Amino acid sequence: MDLDAVLLARIQFAFTVSFHIIFPSFTIGLAAFIATLLVRWRLTGEDRFHRLARFWTKIFAVSFAMGVVSGIVLSYQFGTNWAGFSRATGNVLGPLIGYEVLTAFFLEASFLGVMLFGWNRVPPTLHVLSAVLVAIGTSLSAFWILSANSWMQTPAGHEVRDGIAYPLDWLAIIFNPSFPYRFSHMFTAAYLTTSIVVLAVGARYLVQNRFIEEAKTMVRMGLSMVAVLAPLQLVIGDLHGLNTKEHQPAKLATIEGHWNSNEPADFVLFAMPNKEGSGNDYEVKLPIPGLASYVITHDFEGTFPGLNDFKPEDRPPFLPVFLSFRVMVGLGLLMILMGLTGAFFWLRGTLFEKRWYFALVQHSWPIGFIAILAGWWVTESGRQPWLATGIIRTYDAVSPAITFNAVLTTLILFVLVYSAVFSMGTYYINRLINKGPAGAAEKPPHGQPTRPLSAAEDATREAIIGA
Amino acid sequence: MVELASGEAMATWLPVIWVALLGTAVALYVVLDGFDLGIGILFPFSPEEQDRDVMMNSVAPFWDGNETWLVLGGGGLFVAFPLAYGIIMSGLYLPMIIMLLALVFRGVAFEYRWVAKPQHSSWDIAFAGGSITAAFMQGVILGGLLRGLPVQDGHFAGGMLDWLQPFPIFVGFATVAGYALLGTTWLIMRTEGEVAGQAREQSRVLLFVVLAAMAIVSLWTPLSEPRIWERWFTLPNFFYLSPIPILTAAAALMIWRGLSDHHDSWPFIGTVSLFLLAFAGLAISTLPYLVPPTVTIWDAAAHPSSQLFMLIGTVAFLPLILGYTAFVYWTFRGKVRPGEGYH
Repeated sequence: MDLDAVLLARIQFAFTVSFHIIFPSFTIGLAAFIATLLVRWRLTGEDRFHRLARFWTKIFAVSFAMGVVSGIVLSYQFGTNWAGFSRATGNVLGPLIGYEVLTAFFLEASFLGVMLFGWNRVPPTLHVLSAVLVAIGTSLSAFWILSANSWMQTPAGHEVRDGIAYPLDWLAIIFNPSFPYRFSHMFTAAYLTTSIVVLAVGARYLVQNRFIEEAKTMVRMGLSMVAVLAPLQLVIGDLHGLNTKEHQPAKLATIEGHWNSNEPADFVLFAMPNKEGSGNDYEVKLPIPGLASYVITHDFEGTFPGLNDFKPEDRPPFLPVFLSFRVMVGLGLLMILMGLTGAFFWLRGTLFEKRWYFALVQHSWPIGFIAILAGWWVTESGRQPWLATGIIRTYDAVSPAITFNAVLTTLILFVLVYSAVFSMGTYYINRLINKGPAGAAEKPPHGQPTRPLSAAEDATREAIIGA
Repeated sequence: MVELASGEAMATWLPVIWVALLGTAVALYVVLDGFDLGIGILFPFSPEEQDRDVMMNSVAPFWDGNETWLVLGGGGLFVAFPLAYGIIMSGLYLPMIIMLLALVFRGVAFEYRWVAKPQHSSWDIAFAGGSITAAFMQGVILGGLLRGLPVQDGHFAGGMLDWLQPFPIFVGFATVAGYALLGTTWLIMRTEGEVAGQAREQSRVLLFVVLAAMAIVSLWTPLSEPRIWERWFTLPNFFYLSPIPILTAAAALMIWRGLSDHHDSWPFIGTVSLFLLAFAGLAISTLPYLVPPTVTIWDAAAHPSSQLFMLIGTVAFLPLILGYTAFVYWTFRGKVRPGEGYH
């Protein structure tokens, strides 16, 4: 494969994997949300939980279908474009992906059938159990695939002979150094993303003054998750960063835009690498000297490796890593702001009076997805030039026989098909949301829910007794 | 575990166990996804919306689980035989990717078609087109693999369009016909009235097409590959292998009798048997090569430690998977009637 074909193959993989991750990011949390709704319905007997569960199950089905079909593509793409990679790492990564199929894919796919079609076919308890099993399946899937990805980032428990990795210790492979951090970070991100979508949909209904009962339930459930998980995610992300410092110093230096290891790092908001590739141009910094050093080493005078410690061919590409990181963190801070603001009003009992809050929040549904994509671009671009750190470089991992034209053809096909499928899927999900939960009261049963007094009373009571 | 796994016997037997497991997974995939792809192939011949609803509902709870066997097939190949995985995926690159994209279209059509109603006609086309294309390309992949892939230094060393030959194309058409027969016999078993009646008519035609295609492949492969000729047409192999054609004839008879005498599940069981026999026949022709004509299962095998680690998981989980798969099929047993479904 020539260099241009390699670039195309990388673009193709980046495209298909980015497209795919959107759906698991949503369905991991959504499966748990639906299972929670069904459990609460069984416990309380309140019909609103049942209506909401049925409503979100339809959206889940559409999203899950997109996740499944785009995921099948990936399990074959390791071989189509990256035969060198599957050969070098297959001994180690193969079983991890195999365990994902065995423990997760069959579980979620089989019980999804019961979850979608079993409403009237199986006893309610079994139906609720199916939803729980689907949620467990999606989580197990995340466990294995993040273990595999983390091993590519920070390999352990193996030895390399003639360019091929051989397993030595499976526990060390599965629980490799970056796995606990990456798994917590992604898992939290998935729940956070779903919570934001649920919150935003609830907010949309409140603004439109429709499905008030369901909307409030969604807002309370979504908001309580966002208020807790968004700050927690910041802590997990920080721990993940410390892990990166230890195991992937070149990635961390790129994230921080930090070049010289002998001086403390300032917090760089924006920069471009200079022509020589030895420092920053157009640098914009926070006016607190050594702030990045403080974040990384917990000492304003602390030092950590800079990009000049690495040969240019061993550095990750600067801008994709550097910029994506800022997008991710910026959106993360926005989520914290959104969650804490909402929680503040909730505690004061005035949440459902703040129409401006819901008017803003209803547009927040994409930010979780964008943050997840940005985060993956940071970590995947940051691993370059390696495909599996220290074992095989990206340029050595492609299938030698695949031609430029073949990759170009399939790339165009992927873009066309995925664009069509994705735009229609988004359109249908939006249509389902506009239609709202079936069987729910379209308008509030009595009076206006936005009457300040009654809403405030409601909110206070609910804040005290819990949603 | 490394010491344990480095034994000579391990390296000999693990690949054999794995090729058996993988063969089972692929056979299950072909039979299970075969009937739901078959439903898509039959869509153009049932223009009524209500009939199409019933046809789709008869497979809707299962398709996702069925397709997971394809992931297990691909994943299993990656796990147990990474070298073969790399060669096959890059050697049959275009058919593979077109097949996957076709599955994307038909997979989302299961959900989109319902939420798009009443403007769902484009998803009918996507469902039918995707199913036909996926089935055809699976046949092309099989045909291309049976023809053999040139390999150098552990990598595919042929051209991107090597598969564009009469034999793979023929196997592609044969696979479409075969899946269609699985689809019609499934509908006979799972539906009533007009849908089942039409499926009965279609089954008679398809049965002859499929038998003819099987006969042609059975002659074409030994005539073009001396290796396969020797496997089948030398003594004593000829006698040992004679049950396969005899059982094939019995399965065909079972389908025919089931159609005539209205034993609604016989045609499907007979068709599944036809597929399994054909699959066994192809395995006999090909083994021990995983990528004919050079790469054997031992050449392509992953490290014994990897195969063993995965085998432990498979032995633990496969019965569980088969158990709840059976549970799902049992839950949705019986005839599907119009208007059933969750939408």
